[in-house]
Amino acid sequence: MTTKKKNKVTDRTWNIFFCGTGGQGVLTAAEICAIAAMNSGYHVKKSEVHGMAQRGGSVESHLRFGSRIYSPLIEPKTADFLVCFQDGEGKRLSHYLKKGGVDFLRFLSDPRYRPWDVRFSNTYFLGLLSAFLPLPLEAWEVALKSKIKRNLSDNDRAFTEGSFAGQKFVSPGKE
Amino acid sequence: MTIQQALLSGDEAVARGAWESGLRVACAYPGTPSTEILETLAGFKEIDAQWSVNEKVAFEVALGAAIAGARSLYASKHVGLNVAMDPLMTSSYTGINAGFVAVVCDDPGLASSQNEQDSRWVAPFSKLPMIEPASPAEAYLFAEAAFTISESFDTPVLFRMTTRVAHTKENVVTGSRREIALKPFATDIAKYVMVPRNAYQKHALIEKRLLKLAAFSETSKLNILEKGDTAKLGFITSGVAYQYLKEQYPDASFLKLGFIYPFCDKKIARFAQSVKELVVVEELDPIIERHVASLGLKYRTKHSSFRIGELLPEHMPVIVKGGRKKEVPSTARKPVLCPGCPHRFVFSVLKRNKAIVTGDIGCYTLGATPPLSTLHTCVCMGAAVTFHEGFRRVLPNGKIVGVLGDSTFVHSGITGLINAAYNGVKGVIIILDNSTTAMTGGQNHPATGKTIRDEPTKRLDLEAICAASGADNVDVIDPKDIRRLDALLKQRLAEPALSVIIARRPCKLIDRERLPMPLYSMEKCKTCGLCFGLDCPALGKTAEGYVTINESLCAGCYLCAETCPTDALTDSSKTGSCT
Repeated sequence: MTTKKKNKVTDRTWNIFFCGTGGQGVLTAAEICAIAAMNSGYHVKKSEVHGMAQRGGSVESHLRFGSRIYSPLIEPKTADFLVCFQDGEGKRLSHYLKKGGVDFLRFLSDPRYRPWDVRFSNTYFLGLLSAFLPLPLEAWEVALKSKIKRNLSDNDRAFTEGSFAGQKFVSPGKE
Repeated sequence: MTIQQALLSGDEAVARGAWESGLRVACAYPGTPSTEILETLAGFKEIDAQWSVNEKVAFEVALGAAIAGARSLYASKHVGLNVAMDPLMTSSYTGINAGFVAVVCDDPGLASSQNEQDSRWVAPFSKLPMIEPASPAEAYLFAEAAFTISESFDTPVLFRMTTRVAHTKENVVTGSRREIALKPFATDIAKYVMVPRNAYQKHALIEKRLLKLAAFSETSKLNILEKGDTAKLGFITSGVAYQYLKEQYPDASFLKLGFIYPFCDKKIARFAQSVKELVVVEELDPIIERHVASLGLKYRTKHSSFRIGELLPEHMPVIVKGGRKKEVPSTARKPVLCPGCPHRFVFSVLKRNKAIVTGDIGCYTLGATPPLSTLHTCVCMGAAVTFHEGFRRVLPNGKIVGVLGDSTFVHSGITGLINAAYNGVKGVIIILDNSTTAMTGGQNHPATGKTIRDEPTKRLDLEAICAASGADNVDVIDPKDIRRLDALLKQRLAEPALSVIIARRPCKLIDRERLPMPLYSMEKCKTCGLCFGLDCPALGKTAEGYVTINESLCAGCYLCAETCPTDALTDSSKTGSCT
């Protein structure tokens, strides 16, 4: 795998809808992706609602990046990715996904897309997501380091495993 | 020079901007979506930051500091500003010395609030200027503008945000702090002592100040005019509504109001004439709309159904076409008390006793949601105590119990307790003391004995203040011992006395200890469903009515085991057996 030193900021807008339930690390995952996008030179907006989301309640985070972003919210049927950490929430919010968008429910329900330890599922999923996005590995590494306080090496490993699995999914012929 | 860039929320951005503008004193009481403003400011060593007892206190301390000569800031959510309205209204009369900014965060869509008020009305009511950023990057820039306006016009400045600005994160290019010297304080009785004669003089000055501010609004860079490619469609808008519109109507013309009170009448009129079709789009109440109407301009605006709830990007084409809002019922999982939450013990006892519960603002308000359904009123901070009194005056022998949290009790429950004692009411108040301000994410308050920076300070002794307020009985009990709690509640309800029960057990997000999940025997289970009435997220129900326990969620509190009448669920630590 090669990573470009300079990342070219493309004109298109990327819409990533993260969802799950309170306590699953949905917001942390969205934050890491947002920082990686910012560090890659994109304009980022990420919106979520804090407060009454006790453990078990619905948690959503809208993440958008591109050359210039106005709305902090993703419109229904426009998300490129629905990154769900809980299948009920993924199904509930699937109307946000655009036609041809990538629904992470397929990974969530497939035992082949799982890290060696479920505690690192979030970073594994971020690794999977990274295979689809135009963000260089360095940007992800900096973002992971800035947000993950415990078990950084395990999280790095989960991210790498996820990104390899993602790359195989994106271009099955290679590697 | 390298450009410093950070991913900041609107809350963090206004804090950062205020710190760079030489802010020295900042006060708040936590409240979603404003809490992170003070949390961010507490991270800067130059700032004298505090969690105040309540918003009125916060506003007064910050205003006092501004009059004494330091740039100061107050922050709260919309309903918090209501608590501070008394000093706010007269702060318009005193004006300031050094800059003073009052940040208020509204919650359209009621993500975590008891009402959906539009705090923009406060500006004309108090005759104070108000500014409103539409993004975190603007919140950062507007902070400095707010202090400049405050000092140029001798006025507090209201700084309004909504959830979608306060809790959106965006790249913000930051700078460094500029130290601002303290302004000398000179005694000026006519300016700072609001007795009738002085206040009358000041009222005349306020009216003049409003005219000056309106003239300033005409040229303020906070009101942005964007000429579209065609002169057809023009929007007057503010806040996050601008972002939704700009994305969907990139060719339209925009007058985006950032200085939202007083209005820039001439600019609005010129803009109206420059476009073929004028549409006013604002979230919540028709404030810009009514003003545009008062100028005699022709415009269209959102259907009144859109005044309810937050605006969403997908609403924009409907609004522009003049359509009605389609209410889509929320399918989101409802928030619920955490597994092992100490409040659930208390609610199980209250439910068992069929008490009428006057409630309050906090996590425990979730006690009202079915199937728990054991909290029967919730209006504002502190009202558990005063509603309890109101109910007792009408139903003196009712099983009425007031229930509120430790932070809420300190915020405004104490005055109600003094009132109850003074006016001779009997009854039972339960303070759910989980040793934190839980719902906003776990902030300190006087009874935790720690400051905003987690440093030790004088601790408010809840037992002593309840006794000093006039409670006849003050009991402290661990709510996990529900049998003792049940007996105590029955005893206190039967006595002709004013009793406070402090149910003390730390929030499950502080005390994360987890015990093994209870044992379950299908043979003993009569599928009576009493355990499901506890609304514990760790308990699931099979199609036949049997119990499943989610091991990853269960905290091992054994309340379900205590509740089970047939010992189908049992405390695994007591039976000594293993799974």
